[in-house]
Amino acid sequence: MRAVARKHVPPGRVPSTVTIDARGVHHKDLNRRIRSLALEGHDRFEVLNVFGQRYFGTNLWGIENRRDIRITVHGTPGSDLGAFMDGPSIEVKGNVQDATGNTMNAGLIVVHGNAGDVLGYGMRGGEIYVRGNVGYRVGIHMKEYRDLIPTIVIGGTTQDFFGEYMAGGRIIVLNRFIPEIPDSRQSYFIGTGMHGGSIFIRGQVDPDRMGAEVGVEEPDREESRLIRHFVDGYCRHFNIGKEEARTLREARFCKLHAKSQRPYGKLYAY
Amino acid sequence: MLTSLLPEFSIRRDEDRCIQCRVCERQCSFGVFSYDAGDNVMVHREDLCVGCQRCAVLCPTNALTIMYNEYSYKPNWNWTREYIQDLKKQAETGGVLLTGMGDDKPHKIYWDHILINASQVTNPSIDPLREPMELRTFLGRKPDRLEVKDGVLSPNEYPNVVLSTPIMFAAMSYGAISYNCFYSLARAAFESGTLFNTGEGGWPREMRKFGSATIVQCASGRFGIDLEYLNDAAAVEIKIGQGAKPGIGGHLPGEKVSEHISQTRMIPAGSDAISPAPHHDIYSIEDLQMLIHALKEATDYQKPIFVKISAVHNAPAIASGMVRAGADIIVIDGLRGGTGAAPKILRDNVGIPIELALAAVDTRLRKEGIRNRASLVIAGGLRNSSDVFKAIALGADAVYIGTPALIAMGCTMCQKCYTGKCAWGLTTQDPYLTKRVNPEIATTCLKNLLRAWSLELKELLGCGGINSIESLRGNRLQLRGIGLEGWELETLGIRGAGQ
Repeated sequence: MRAVARKHVPPGRVPSTVTIDARGVHHKDLNRRIRSLALEGHDRFEVLNVFGQRYFGTNLWGIENRRDIRITVHGTPGSDLGAFMDGPSIEVKGNVQDATGNTMNAGLIVVHGNAGDVLGYGMRGGEIYVRGNVGYRVGIHMKEYRDLIPTIVIGGTTQDFFGEYMAGGRIIVLNRFIPEIPDSRQSYFIGTGMHGGSIFIRGQVDPDRMGAEVGVEEPDREESRLIRHFVDGYCRHFNIGKEEARTLREARFCKLHAKSQRPYGKLYAY
Repeated sequence: MLTSLLPEFSIRRDEDRCIQCRVCERQCSFGVFSYDAGDNVMVHREDLCVGCQRCAVLCPTNALTIMYNEYSYKPNWNWTREYIQDLKKQAETGGVLLTGMGDDKPHKIYWDHILINASQVTNPSIDPLREPMELRTFLGRKPDRLEVKDGVLSPNEYPNVVLSTPIMFAAMSYGAISYNCFYSLARAAFESGTLFNTGEGGWPREMRKFGSATIVQCASGRFGIDLEYLNDAAAVEIKIGQGAKPGIGGHLPGEKVSEHISQTRMIPAGSDAISPAPHHDIYSIEDLQMLIHALKEATDYQKPIFVKISAVHNAPAIASGMVRAGADIIVIDGLRGGTGAAPKILRDNVGIPIELALAAVDTRLRKEGIRNRASLVIAGGLRNSSDVFKAIALGADAVYIGTPALIAMGCTMCQKCYTGKCAWGLTTQDPYLTKRVNPEIATTCLKNLLRAWSLELKELLGCGGINSIESLRGNRLQLRGIGLEGWELETLGIRGAGQ
């Protein structure tokens, strides 16, 4: 593995961007390398030729400036990118596999392609933007606590079991790549067991697609402002043209929410 | 509609002894007693009594006797009173019956059908009072072979945790049990050189000082988990299943999610804390491997990873997969494992006895040549030190105890944990009740329990002529079965008594 400081740096100063060639490097060695460089004070990483390496950002704890760390991943990283991550930002110039942002606490993940299954499972904070589509079981059991509110913004569509057991946070689905909305490619079993948080979907959702615990309503003014804020973020991250950005901004969204904080309260005898 | 739910307990009050001090009324959290000022007598409602004995113990004049109610429907081996009453409760409510603690049905208890050997003449027994006895236990992966370089044994490259005695406190979350109990478990484990398990309820910050004695849990709800939580602990446990309720998740009702619990679980106060039945990122051994290594990555490969499953029919094959997925310690929780709340129908019918599961898993891992790659911990219904001894001889490295620890802190096994009204202050968050557990005294009682069992383990080892727990591990020749059929002896890997 080679780590090359891109710029000439005067002695005694920490170089700003480190380029790492990940070709053929095991994830354990790769992530340890990033960790040790981060502990030295480096906070900009360009990781090239990534091919299946897992757990980007997972081991970046106990680092004072971890919230300033930016990692750009070129290629296709493996599963659990940003699992348990607490602060850093990762931009992926490609697709990501399963369990991205698993139990993530803080930070930012930007995916320029599609994402696999179980995106943002148990996520408690931070933001994930996916330019394209996402797989099955996305956003299961996301939760929020005080100022820790996780957000996922999905440019395309989602698959089944979307937002199950959701306990907090918000997910915004833009349904960008389907010509008409609603469309048969929307997922089934949305929000089963949902007991908190909100899902904002562009267009309408067929009631048959949702769990019994889910209610639908129009977003209120504050929520509409929030949607626009994240739509703007999406357009910024992925360089969306002005015209489409305006269309997305002005689109109608429906809000899916939990009918009760206690979905299983009446299940038991005494 | 008239129902005929017979009171489970009958209350006898000796009116000559009763001084109407109303202690029973204050102590009972189920509202059984009240004071009739007009007649200056205490009155009670037997139908509300759960038989926890709190009133009888606290009554200053010993005026109260709480007895299991001898009144019954017409005796019937098939339709017992319990089944009749359960059915009536369901007819009234249409709901799932909940219960607490472990399976109380008369499934065969194999510990009671296993006897221990002693040395006579040919192999002298050892007196633990005058000779050193080693109970120290290392949990974690062991090397495939020992290497000696220049006369020095190479250190184990895999992280291990060290226990002073092969007994740990099982996972009981803050939420399921009160803060004082949770704290006492942590402190007793810390001061005794063993480990306690946080369960899936987070880990209050002020208790991180006991980190070296703490296993933190990563279960399907992922409550309270962040990188600090993982790194402050001695080890991390992935909970897949629990012996009392294999295959289902957990559910802490919103009314138990107080302000402090909401902080440690990191969820809003008053909302349900639901742990889904499976981890939705684990649908295969490969997925399990992914989470195990995510946790190893998150802790820089410094901490062993436990994976806990319920004892189910194909536990040996699953355990083999868990080892191959990278679990450093495998935990099997048996049919009689306890719980704060579980559907009764699951608790009493799902899973297999831990003795059989343990022997089968140990045998399987040995046959596959991978036993050194993981330690084996068992849990579920261990009642005394001889159960621990037999478990280790069957192949366990260490055990978890939950119910014995609760009993040490005052529990009387009334099985009402799920109501949140525990009169002994254990499984409740009501501040009036939780004060009943004094953490100083509870810590002492827990340490006493560990000390007493450890001393007895040494006695049992000594009588078998063994001076180290390592020499007992998997040493099934120390055991003989009694009253067991051929297939049972075969599964346990032991001979019958007299053979």
